[in-house]
Amino acid sequence: MEKRVTFSKWTIGILFAVPQLFLIFTFFYWPAGQAVYWSLTLQQPWGGGNIWVGLDNFRSILSNASYWDSITASMIFAGISTGLAMTIALVLAALTDRQLAGSWLYRVVLIWPYGIAAPALALAFRFILAPEAGFMAVVNQAWPGFWDPGLDGADAMASIIIAFSWKYVGYNFIFFLAAFQAIPRSLIEAAAMDGSGVIRRFWDIQFPLITPTIFFLLVINITESFQDSFGIVDIMTAGGPANATNLMVYKIYSDGFKGLDYSGAAAQSIILMLLIIALTIVQFRFIERRVHYR
Amino acid sequence: MVERTPILNFFTHLILFVGFIFCVAPFAIVAIAASHNLKDVNDVPMSLLPGSDFWVNIKTAWTTADLGPKLLNSFIMAFGVAAGKVIISALTAFSIVYFRYPGRMLMFWLIFITLMLPLEVRIVPTYAVVANVLEPYQAIMDLTGLSWLIEKVSGVQVSLSLGLLNSYSGLILPLVATATGTFLYRQFFLTVPDELTEAARMDGAGALRFFVDILLPLSRNNMAALGTIMFLWAWNQYLWPLLITTDQSHAMAVTELKQLIPNVGGAPEWHIAMAGTLIVMLPPLIVVVLMQRWFVRGLIATEK
Repeated sequence: MEKRVTFSKWTIGILFAVPQLFLIFTFFYWPAGQAVYWSLTLQQPWGGGNIWVGLDNFRSILSNASYWDSITASMIFAGISTGLAMTIALVLAALTDRQLAGSWLYRVVLIWPYGIAAPALALAFRFILAPEAGFMAVVNQAWPGFWDPGLDGADAMASIIIAFSWKYVGYNFIFFLAAFQAIPRSLIEAAAMDGSGVIRRFWDIQFPLITPTIFFLLVINITESFQDSFGIVDIMTAGGPANATNLMVYKIYSDGFKGLDYSGAAAQSIILMLLIIALTIVQFRFIERRVHYR
Repeated sequence: MVERTPILNFFTHLILFVGFIFCVAPFAIVAIAASHNLKDVNDVPMSLLPGSDFWVNIKTAWTTADLGPKLLNSFIMAFGVAAGKVIISALTAFSIVYFRYPGRMLMFWLIFITLMLPLEVRIVPTYAVVANVLEPYQAIMDLTGLSWLIEKVSGVQVSLSLGLLNSYSGLILPLVATATGTFLYRQFFLTVPDELTEAARMDGAGALRFFVDILLPLSRNNMAALGTIMFLWAWNQYLWPLLITTDQSHAMAVTELKQLIPNVGGAPEWHIAMAGTLIVMLPPLIVVVLMQRWFVRGLIATEK
């Protein structure tokens, strides 16, 4: 879409964009280019120049078992937390959209978790799920040793998934509710007149009409599970126990800033960037459909 | 809605209520745990009746993590990011929508691509840039031979250096450098009727006049929505402040939470940790509750 009426002094126009261009050049394009350069060279942490090594950094990362463990952990985390957060949000939004008495309350309250900082909710859940003090301690009293995220990798993974899903249920809820409310009431009333029940209407009318939103949220949730998980992991498990929750972004941080392996961290960043770009491209394919239904 | 479905209605209410409990319970547990003393908070199961030590714990958490200055830092950063986004995005969108100049589409795509790669994935090189923000320009001058030329002509060796670690600008600027808000404005500017621009031009208004007196007042809703979302987003940043602020005087409230995690072997002071959590989660929660309309609107609009 283009404007028919524009201003002719385009030098002024360029001036308007200059601040933004400076910012994205300095803090986006340069670092991104730098990451590519570093990933192809061996950077000395204390200066002293770079040695060109070609794709060696990538080779050494991809042949490293702990990197594949990190990818697997990220995939498990992304898959389960996205599935949980989206399913729960979809059910809650569909039910809220029935607009029974009191539904305004859910509309207001269910989005609160999304406003909370990941580390803050992580600390809250670390207490709630603590094996010795919180609420899982009750379970542990009944079955000793049942739950210990400090020692058991699966328990640690479960706790970060719970914390992340709690936050993103609220986020998905907003989008699902907006999608449901964008469906014309007359459609649903017509279907009701033809004798279809609530559940039938959901599967045959509402669900197909919100599939674009589902695809959209699927991509956003997976992308966010790569980024927003850092605070949760750092506060709840610090990547442990035994690297069971060492997700990709956390590994970049610990390799780059704790291990001072800039080249390895840069190569990992590049792989993550490619992954996210691929997801974004998938998203754009579905955005067309999303706009179409609106 | 259209028919009577008592059984389904009952289950609707039931499921929604369970969802409501799961959503609110963590908040409630944090608040209740923050009101207990050391012994009560470690009881199994913890009593769900509030204890009497709420204010004592809040005070202890406040002083242990030194939350006063940290909250102020968080506010400065969040306001800075929100204001920067609201202003810079408006300028850029105006340039993209209302002017025709060579390279406009290139500019559009240059800005658009920044949406794809969040700060978290390019964190290591961005850190290096912030450590010396003039480094890109130095490198360009070195590469183009400009610094050699200057050295020959004036005898001065050019070495640009400006470190932004432990500074507000170092915290804020990289977070502003994405396109999130630009597209929000762009979509809105495209809906502003052309007749308005024509009328303004006929009355003799130039580009700047039209932008300040007509376009900006019209975009007030967008500004509120974008500002709310960006404030929350910046407040909740964790990885970036953690790296940039090695100096305590610039630390953020959210990163300070880590100090409140009870040590292994130490006293399990969960009541203090929860009091700190409560303090840190309260400002964004208040913003969400008070600005709910803008929050929802901004969320849906910025993610397009």
